[in-house]
Amino acid sequence: MKNEAITIFQKRKKIILETWIKYQLADETLREDLISNEDLRTQSDELLNALVTKLSDQNIDDVKSPGFEQVTDILNSISVSRAKQGFSPRETGIYVLSLKDALLEILQQDIKDPQELYIQSLKISKLIDGFSIMTFEAFLKEREDVILRQTDEITEISTPVIQVWDGILALPIIGTLDSARTQIVMENLLQKIVETGSGIAILDISGVPAVDSLVAQHLIKTVSATRLMGAECIISGIRPEIAQTVVHLGIDLSNVITKATLASALKSAFAMLRLQVVNKSTVNL
Amino acid sequence: MERIPILRLGNLLLVTIQVDLYDKLAETLEADLVQMINKTNAQGVLIDISAVSIIDSFMGRIIGNIATMSRVLDAETVVVGMQPAVAITLVELGLPLKGVASALSVDKGMEVLKKKIQQKEGLKDTPEDNDFIG
Repeated sequence: MKNEAITIFQKRKKIILETWIKYQLADETLREDLISNEDLRTQSDELLNALVTKLSDQNIDDVKSPGFEQVTDILNSISVSRAKQGFSPRETGIYVLSLKDALLEILQQDIKDPQELYIQSLKISKLIDGFSIMTFEAFLKEREDVILRQTDEITEISTPVIQVWDGILALPIIGTLDSARTQIVMENLLQKIVETGSGIAILDISGVPAVDSLVAQHLIKTVSATRLMGAECIISGIRPEIAQTVVHLGIDLSNVITKATLASALKSAFAMLRLQVVNKSTVNL
Repeated sequence: MERIPILRLGNLLLVTIQVDLYDKLAETLEADLVQMINKTNAQGVLIDISAVSIIDSFMGRIIGNIATMSRVLDAETVVVGMQPAVAITLVELGLPLKGVASALSVDKGMEVLKKKIQQKEGLKDTPEDNDFIG
Protein backbone atom coordinates (compact mmCIF):
# COMPACT_ATOMS: atom_id res chain seq x y z
CA MET A 1 0.00 0.00 0.00
CA LYS A 2 1.35 3.38 -0.90
CA ASN A 3 1.63 5.93 1.83
CA GLU A 4 -1.29 8.32 1.66
CA ALA A 5 0.79 11.44 2.15
CA ILE A 6 3.06 10.57 -0.76
CA THR A 7 0.11 10.17 -3.10
CA ILE A 8 -1.28 13.49 -1.97
CA PHE A 9 2.01 15.28 -2.50
CA GLN A 10 2.48 13.82 -5.94
CA LYS A 11 -1.01 14.85 -6.94
CA ARG A 12 -0.86 18.33 -5.52
CA LYS A 13 2.69 19.28 -6.27
CA LYS A 14 1.71 22.53 -7.98
CA ILE A 15 -0.31 23.76 -5.04
CA ILE A 16 2.46 22.87 -2.62
CA LEU A 17 4.89 24.91 -4.65
CA GLU A 18 2.54 27.88 -4.70
CA THR A 19 1.97 27.65 -0.95
CA TRP A 20 5.68 27.32 -0.32
CA ILE A 21 6.53 30.32 -2.47
CA LYS A 22 3.75 32.24 -0.76
CA TYR A 23 5.23 31.44 2.65
CA GLN A 24 8.69 32.42 1.50
CA LEU A 25 7.52 35.70 0.02
CA ALA A 26 5.48 36.45 3.12
CA ASP A 27 8.53 36.26 5.31
CA GLU A 28 9.92 39.67 6.19
CA THR A 29 13.49 38.55 5.97
CA LEU A 30 13.21 37.64 2.30
CA ARG A 31 16.27 39.02 0.56
CA GLU A 32 15.08 40.27 -2.77
CA ASP A 33 18.38 42.03 -3.16
CA LEU A 34 20.26 38.72 -3.13
CA ILE A 35 17.97 36.51 -5.15
CA SER A 36 15.22 37.35 -7.63
CA ASN A 37 11.73 35.89 -7.33
CA GLU A 38 12.12 33.94 -10.54
CA ASP A 39 15.33 32.35 -9.36
CA LEU A 40 13.72 31.51 -6.08
CA ARG A 41 10.83 29.87 -7.89
CA THR A 42 13.07 27.79 -10.17
CA GLN A 43 15.17 26.73 -7.21
CA SER A 44 12.15 25.77 -5.14
CA ASP A 45 10.50 23.98 -8.06
CA GLU A 46 13.58 21.90 -8.71
CA LEU A 47 13.92 20.92 -5.07
CA LEU A 48 10.25 20.09 -4.61
CA ASN A 49 10.22 18.08 -7.82
CA ALA A 50 13.16 16.00 -6.70
CA LEU A 51 11.69 15.49 -3.26
CA VAL A 52 8.22 14.46 -4.41
CA THR A 53 9.52 12.15 -7.12
CA LYS A 54 11.97 10.38 -4.85
CA LEU A 55 9.71 10.14 -1.83
CA SER A 56 8.62 6.55 -1.24
CA ASP A 57 7.44 4.23 1.53
CA GLN A 58 10.95 2.96 2.05
CA ASN A 59 12.76 6.21 2.52
CA ILE A 60 10.20 8.44 4.19
CA ASP A 61 11.76 7.65 7.58
CA ASP A 62 15.37 7.90 6.52
CA VAL A 63 16.93 11.15 5.34
CA LYS A 64 20.20 9.41 4.52
CA SER A 65 18.68 6.79 2.21
CA PRO A 66 20.27 6.62 -1.24
CA GLY A 67 16.94 7.56 -2.82
CA PHE A 68 17.35 11.09 -1.55
CA GLU A 69 20.75 11.62 -3.09
CA GLN A 70 19.43 14.02 -5.68
CA VAL A 71 17.50 15.98 -3.05
CA THR A 72 20.57 16.25 -0.83
CA ASP A 73 22.68 17.36 -3.77
CA ILE A 74 20.25 20.12 -4.64
CA LEU A 75 20.01 21.20 -1.01
CA ASN A 76 23.78 21.25 -0.65
CA SER A 77 24.28 23.33 -3.75
CA ILE A 78 21.55 25.73 -2.65
CA SER A 79 23.08 26.27 0.77
CA VAL A 80 26.59 26.57 -0.65
CA SER A 81 25.46 29.24 -3.10
CA ARG A 82 23.51 30.98 -0.33
CA ALA A 83 26.53 30.98 1.96
CA LYS A 84 28.59 32.55 -0.82
CA GLN A 85 25.92 35.14 -1.62
CA GLY A 86 25.87 36.23 1.99
CA PHE A 87 22.55 34.89 3.22
CA SER A 88 22.24 34.61 6.96
CA PRO A 89 21.81 31.14 8.49
CA ARG A 90 18.33 32.19 9.57
CA GLU A 91 17.26 32.95 6.00
CA THR A 92 18.59 29.66 4.73
CA GLY A 93 16.88 27.84 7.59
CA ILE A 94 13.55 29.52 6.89
CA TYR A 95 13.80 28.52 3.25
CA VAL A 96 13.76 24.81 4.10
CA LEU A 97 11.45 25.03 7.06
CA SER A 98 8.78 26.92 5.14
CA LEU A 99 8.56 23.89 2.86
CA LYS A 100 7.46 21.95 5.91
CA ASP A 101 4.70 24.45 6.59
CA ALA A 102 3.48 24.13 3.01
CA LEU A 103 3.51 20.34 3.07
CA LEU A 104 1.71 20.18 6.41
CA GLU A 105 -0.95 22.59 5.22
CA ILE A 106 -1.74 20.41 2.23
CA LEU A 107 -1.87 17.31 4.44
CA GLN A 108 -4.30 19.07 6.73
CA GLN A 109 -6.59 19.85 3.84
CA ASP A 110 -6.55 16.35 2.37
CA ILE A 111 -6.45 13.94 5.28
CA LYS A 112 -9.62 13.94 7.28
CA ASP A 113 -8.82 11.22 9.83
CA PRO A 114 -7.11 13.00 12.77
CA GLN A 115 -4.95 10.06 13.77
CA GLU A 116 -3.70 9.49 10.25
CA LEU A 117 -3.06 13.20 9.89
CA TYR A 118 -1.02 13.18 13.09
CA ILE A 119 1.09 10.21 12.01
CA GLN A 120 1.75 11.63 8.54
CA SER A 121 2.54 15.11 9.87
CA LEU A 122 5.03 13.65 12.28
CA LYS A 123 6.76 11.72 9.53
CA ILE A 124 6.97 14.71 7.22
CA SER A 125 8.19 16.95 10.03
CA LYS A 126 10.95 14.53 10.86
CA LEU A 127 11.99 14.22 7.24
CA ILE A 128 12.12 17.95 6.59
CA ASP A 129 13.92 18.54 9.89
CA GLY A 130 16.53 16.05 8.75
CA PHE A 131 16.89 17.97 5.51
CA SER A 132 17.19 21.29 7.27
CA ILE A 133 19.96 19.92 9.47
CA MET A 134 21.80 18.82 6.34
CA THR A 135 21.31 22.23 4.79
CA PHE A 136 22.76 23.79 7.89
CA GLU A 137 25.76 21.56 7.85
CA ALA A 138 26.46 22.38 4.22
CA PHE A 139 25.93 26.08 4.92
CA LEU A 140 28.34 26.10 7.84
CA LYS A 141 30.91 24.06 5.98
CA GLU A 142 30.92 26.54 3.14
CA ARG A 143 31.29 29.40 5.61
CA GLU A 144 34.20 27.64 7.25
CA ASP A 145 35.82 27.10 3.88
CA VAL A 146 35.56 30.81 3.22
CA ILE A 147 37.24 31.51 6.57
CA LEU A 148 40.00 29.00 5.85
CA ARG A 149 40.67 30.56 2.49
CA GLN A 150 40.91 33.97 4.11
CA THR A 151 43.30 32.63 6.74
CA ASP A 152 45.53 31.27 3.99
CA GLU A 153 45.44 34.59 2.26
CA ILE A 154 46.39 36.46 5.43
CA THR A 155 49.33 34.13 6.03
CA GLU A 156 50.43 34.65 2.48
CA ILE A 157 50.44 38.42 2.58
CA SER A 158 51.70 38.94 6.10
CA THR A 159 55.20 37.51 5.91
CA PRO A 160 57.27 39.85 3.78
CA VAL A 161 61.04 39.70 4.11
CA ILE A 162 62.62 43.09 3.52
CA GLN A 163 66.19 43.77 2.64
CA VAL A 164 66.99 46.89 4.64
CA TRP A 165 70.66 47.02 3.80
CA ASP A 166 73.23 45.08 1.90
CA GLY A 167 73.57 41.99 4.11
CA ILE A 168 70.74 42.87 6.49
CA LEU A 169 67.23 41.44 6.22
CA ALA A 170 64.23 42.49 8.29
CA LEU A 171 61.10 40.47 8.87
CA PRO A 172 58.26 42.30 10.58
CA ILE A 173 55.87 39.77 12.08
CA ILE A 174 52.31 40.99 12.44
CA GLY A 175 49.66 38.91 14.17
CA THR A 176 49.81 35.83 16.32
CA LEU A 177 52.48 33.25 15.61
CA ASP A 178 51.25 29.67 15.49
CA SER A 179 53.13 26.59 14.33
CA ALA A 180 51.92 26.76 10.75
CA ARG A 181 52.76 30.43 10.43
CA THR A 182 56.16 30.06 12.05
CA GLN A 183 56.95 27.41 9.49
CA ILE A 184 56.12 29.78 6.65
CA VAL A 185 57.95 32.68 8.27
CA MET A 186 61.00 30.51 8.86
CA GLU A 187 61.02 29.13 5.33
CA ASN A 188 60.61 32.57 3.76
CA LEU A 189 63.36 34.03 5.89
CA LEU A 190 65.84 31.21 5.30
CA GLN A 191 65.11 31.20 1.59
CA LYS A 192 65.74 34.93 1.41
CA ILE A 193 68.97 34.56 3.39
CA VAL A 194 70.22 32.11 0.79
CA GLU A 195 69.07 34.27 -2.11
CA THR A 196 70.64 37.48 -0.85
CA GLY A 197 73.55 36.03 1.08
CA SER A 198 72.64 38.23 4.02
CA GLY A 199 74.54 37.66 7.22
CA ILE A 200 72.07 39.29 9.60
CA ALA A 201 68.33 38.89 9.96
CA ILE A 202 66.17 41.09 12.19
CA LEU A 203 62.90 39.60 13.43
CA ASP A 204 60.64 42.44 14.49
CA ILE A 205 57.86 41.30 16.78
CA SER A 206 56.28 44.67 17.58
CA GLY A 207 53.18 43.48 15.72
CA VAL A 208 52.81 40.29 17.73
CA PRO A 209 50.03 40.88 20.27
CA ALA A 210 51.20 38.38 22.88
CA VAL A 211 54.10 36.06 23.46
CA ASP A 212 53.42 32.81 25.28
CA SER A 213 55.81 29.94 25.76
CA LEU A 214 54.79 28.41 22.44
CA VAL A 215 55.39 31.59 20.46
CA ALA A 216 58.72 32.04 22.25
CA GLN A 217 59.69 28.52 21.33
CA HIS A 218 58.84 29.21 17.70
CA LEU A 219 61.00 32.31 17.81
CA ILE A 220 63.90 30.40 19.33
CA LYS A 221 63.54 27.76 16.62
CA THR A 222 63.71 30.40 13.92
CA VAL A 223 66.81 31.88 15.51
CA SER A 224 68.49 28.46 15.76
CA ALA A 225 67.71 27.67 12.12
CA THR A 226 69.13 31.02 11.01
CA ARG A 227 72.30 30.35 13.01
CA LEU A 228 72.63 26.92 11.44
CA MET A 229 72.58 28.55 8.05
CA GLY A 230 75.43 30.76 9.16
CA ALA A 231 73.57 34.00 9.69
CA GLU A 232 72.93 35.93 12.89
CA CYS A 233 69.43 36.69 14.09
CA ILE A 234 68.30 39.66 16.15
CA ILE A 235 64.85 39.88 17.71
CA SER A 236 63.58 43.43 17.98
CA GLY A 237 60.39 45.24 18.89
CA ILE A 238 60.02 43.68 22.31
CA ARG A 239 57.42 45.69 24.18
CA PRO A 240 57.63 46.06 27.97
CA GLU A 241 54.60 43.80 28.49
CA ILE A 242 56.21 41.12 26.38
CA ALA A 243 59.45 41.40 28.33
CA GLN A 244 57.39 40.92 31.49
CA THR A 245 55.60 37.83 30.21
CA VAL A 246 58.81 36.31 28.92
CA VAL A 247 60.43 36.63 32.32
CA HIS A 248 57.33 35.45 34.18
CA LEU A 249 57.09 32.40 31.96
CA GLY A 250 60.74 31.67 32.61
CA ILE A 251 61.66 31.61 28.94
CA ASP A 252 65.39 31.65 28.37
CA LEU A 253 66.23 34.15 25.65
CA SER A 254 69.82 34.58 26.77
CA ASN A 255 71.17 32.96 23.61
CA VAL A 256 69.24 35.37 21.45
CA ILE A 257 70.21 38.94 20.73
CA THR A 258 67.20 41.05 21.69
CA LYS A 259 66.66 44.74 21.08
CA ALA A 260 63.84 47.04 22.06
CA THR A 261 63.33 48.71 18.72
CA LEU A 262 64.05 48.04 15.09
CA ALA A 263 66.31 51.09 15.09
CA SER A 264 68.57 49.72 17.80
CA ALA A 265 68.58 46.32 16.10
CA LEU A 266 69.70 47.99 12.89
CA LYS A 267 72.34 49.87 14.80
CA SER A 268 73.80 46.70 16.26
CA ALA A 269 73.58 45.03 12.83
CA PHE A 270 75.65 47.88 11.43
CA ALA A 271 78.13 47.41 14.25
CA MET A 272 78.40 43.71 13.45
CA LEU A 273 79.06 44.45 9.79
CA ARG A 274 81.46 47.20 10.89
CA LEU A 275 79.44 49.82 9.11
CA GLN A 276 79.09 53.35 10.35
CA VAL A 277 76.43 55.92 9.74
CA VAL A 278 77.89 59.39 9.87
CA ASN A 279 76.46 62.83 9.65
CA LYS A 280 77.86 64.36 6.50
CA SER A 281 77.97 67.89 7.83
CA THR A 282 80.22 66.95 10.75
CA VAL A 283 82.54 64.81 8.65
CA ASN A 284 83.27 67.23 5.84
CA LEU A 285 83.82 70.27 7.96
CA MET B 1 83.50 2.23 -3.00
CA GLU B 2 82.22 5.77 -3.18
CA ARG B 3 84.22 8.29 -1.22
CA ILE B 4 83.92 11.97 -0.56
CA PRO B 5 87.10 13.81 -1.55
CA ILE B 6 88.94 15.82 1.08
CA LEU B 7 90.99 18.61 -0.43
CA ARG B 8 93.92 20.26 1.22
CA LEU B 9 94.12 24.02 0.97
CA GLY B 10 97.15 25.31 2.80
CA ASN B 11 96.56 24.51 6.43
CA LEU B 12 92.85 23.95 5.83
CA LEU B 13 90.88 20.95 4.67
CA LEU B 14 88.00 21.43 2.27
CA VAL B 15 85.23 18.85 2.09
CA THR B 16 82.48 19.42 -0.45
CA ILE B 17 79.65 16.96 -0.19
CA GLN B 18 78.13 16.81 -3.66
CA VAL B 19 75.77 13.90 -3.12
CA ASP B 20 73.10 13.10 -0.62
CA LEU B 21 74.81 11.38 2.27
CA TYR B 22 73.86 7.89 3.25
CA ASP B 23 74.92 6.32 6.51
CA LYS B 24 77.91 4.34 5.31
CA LEU B 25 79.29 7.22 3.29
CA ALA B 26 78.99 9.55 6.27
CA GLU B 27 80.81 7.11 8.52
CA THR B 28 83.60 6.71 5.96
CA LEU B 29 83.87 10.48 5.67
CA GLU B 30 84.14 10.81 9.43
CA ALA B 31 86.97 8.26 9.56
CA ASP B 32 88.77 9.66 6.50
CA LEU B 33 88.57 13.21 7.75
CA VAL B 34 90.00 12.40 11.16
CA GLN B 35 92.85 10.49 9.49
CA MET B 36 93.48 13.40 7.16
CA ILE B 37 93.55 15.99 9.96
CA ASN B 38 96.06 13.88 11.77
CA LYS B 39 98.20 13.36 8.67
CA THR B 40 98.23 16.95 7.42
CA ASN B 41 98.14 18.66 10.76
CA ALA B 42 95.35 20.85 9.43
CA GLN B 43 94.18 23.80 11.46
CA GLY B 44 90.70 24.08 10.10
CA VAL B 45 88.03 22.05 8.33
CA LEU B 46 85.44 23.53 6.01
CA ILE B 47 82.50 21.32 5.14
CA ASP B 48 80.33 22.49 2.26
CA ILE B 49 76.90 20.90 2.43
CA SER B 50 75.16 23.17 -0.06
CA ALA B 51 74.25 20.19 -2.25
CA VAL B 52 72.78 18.18 0.62
CA SER B 53 69.02 18.44 0.47
CA ILE B 54 68.05 15.69 2.88
CA ILE B 55 69.34 15.20 6.38
CA ASP B 56 68.31 12.96 9.27
CA SER B 57 69.27 12.73 12.92
CA PHE B 58 72.14 10.38 12.11
CA MET B 59 73.72 12.81 9.63
CA GLY B 60 73.18 15.61 12.10
CA ARG B 61 75.05 13.65 14.70
CA ILE B 62 77.87 12.75 12.31
CA ILE B 63 78.39 16.42 11.49
CA GLY B 64 78.40 17.23 15.20
CA ASN B 65 80.85 14.37 15.80
CA ILE B 66 83.19 15.58 13.08
CA ALA B 67 83.27 19.02 14.65
CA THR B 68 83.99 17.64 18.12
CA MET B 69 86.66 15.24 16.84
CA SER B 70 88.35 18.04 14.88
CA ARG B 71 88.42 20.20 17.96
CA VAL B 72 90.08 17.40 19.90
CA LEU B 73 92.66 17.25 17.10
CA ASP B 74 93.10 21.01 17.37
CA ALA B 75 91.26 21.98 14.18
CA GLU B 76 88.25 24.30 13.85
CA THR B 77 85.20 23.24 11.85
CA VAL B 78 82.86 25.41 9.82
CA VAL B 79 79.78 24.10 8.02
CA VAL B 80 78.81 26.23 5.04
CA GLY B 81 75.90 26.54 2.63
CA MET B 82 73.24 24.73 4.60
CA GLN B 83 69.92 24.60 2.75
CA PRO B 84 66.91 26.16 4.51
CA ALA B 85 65.06 22.85 4.54
CA VAL B 86 68.04 21.16 6.18
CA ALA B 87 68.31 23.89 8.82
CA ILE B 88 64.61 23.59 9.64
CA THR B 89 64.87 19.80 9.85
CA LEU B 90 67.81 19.98 12.23
CA VAL B 91 66.01 22.46 14.48
CA GLU B 92 62.85 20.36 14.46
CA LEU B 93 64.94 17.30 15.31
CA GLY B 94 66.35 19.22 18.26
CA LEU B 95 69.89 19.15 16.87
CA PRO B 96 71.03 22.77 16.73
CA LEU B 97 74.65 21.57 16.20
CA LYS B 98 76.03 23.29 19.28
CA GLY B 99 79.69 24.12 18.89
CA VAL B 100 79.67 23.97 15.11
CA ALA B 101 80.25 27.29 13.41
CA SER B 102 78.31 27.88 10.23
CA ALA B 103 78.55 30.34 7.38
CA LEU B 104 76.49 31.20 4.35
CA SER B 105 79.10 30.57 1.67
CA VAL B 106 82.54 29.02 1.26
CA ASP B 107 83.95 32.53 1.06
CA LYS B 108 82.49 33.60 4.36
CA GLY B 109 83.35 30.24 5.88
CA MET B 110 87.01 30.77 5.00
CA GLU B 111 86.96 34.14 6.73
CA VAL B 112 85.42 32.62 9.85
CA LEU B 113 88.02 29.84 9.88
CA LYS B 114 90.94 32.20 9.40
CA LYS B 115 89.69 34.44 12.17
CA LYS B 116 89.30 31.49 14.51
CA ILE B 117 92.76 30.18 13.74
CA GLN B 118 94.27 33.61 14.26
CA GLN B 119 92.51 33.94 17.59
CA LYS B 120 93.79 30.55 18.63
CA GLU B 121 97.34 31.41 17.74
CA GLY B 122 97.09 34.42 19.94
CA LEU B 123 97.51 36.82 17.07
CA LYS B 124 95.31 39.78 17.61
CA ASP B 125 92.61 40.31 15.05
CA THR B 126 92.96 43.83 13.78
CA PRO B 127 89.52 44.82 12.67
CA GLU B 128 90.49 48.47 12.20
CA ASP B 129 92.63 47.57 9.20
CA ASN B 130 89.80 46.42 7.01
CA ASP B 131 87.23 48.84 8.29
CA PHE B 132 85.04 50.30 5.61
CA ILE B 133 82.12 52.66 5.41
CA GLY B 134 79.08 51.39 3.55
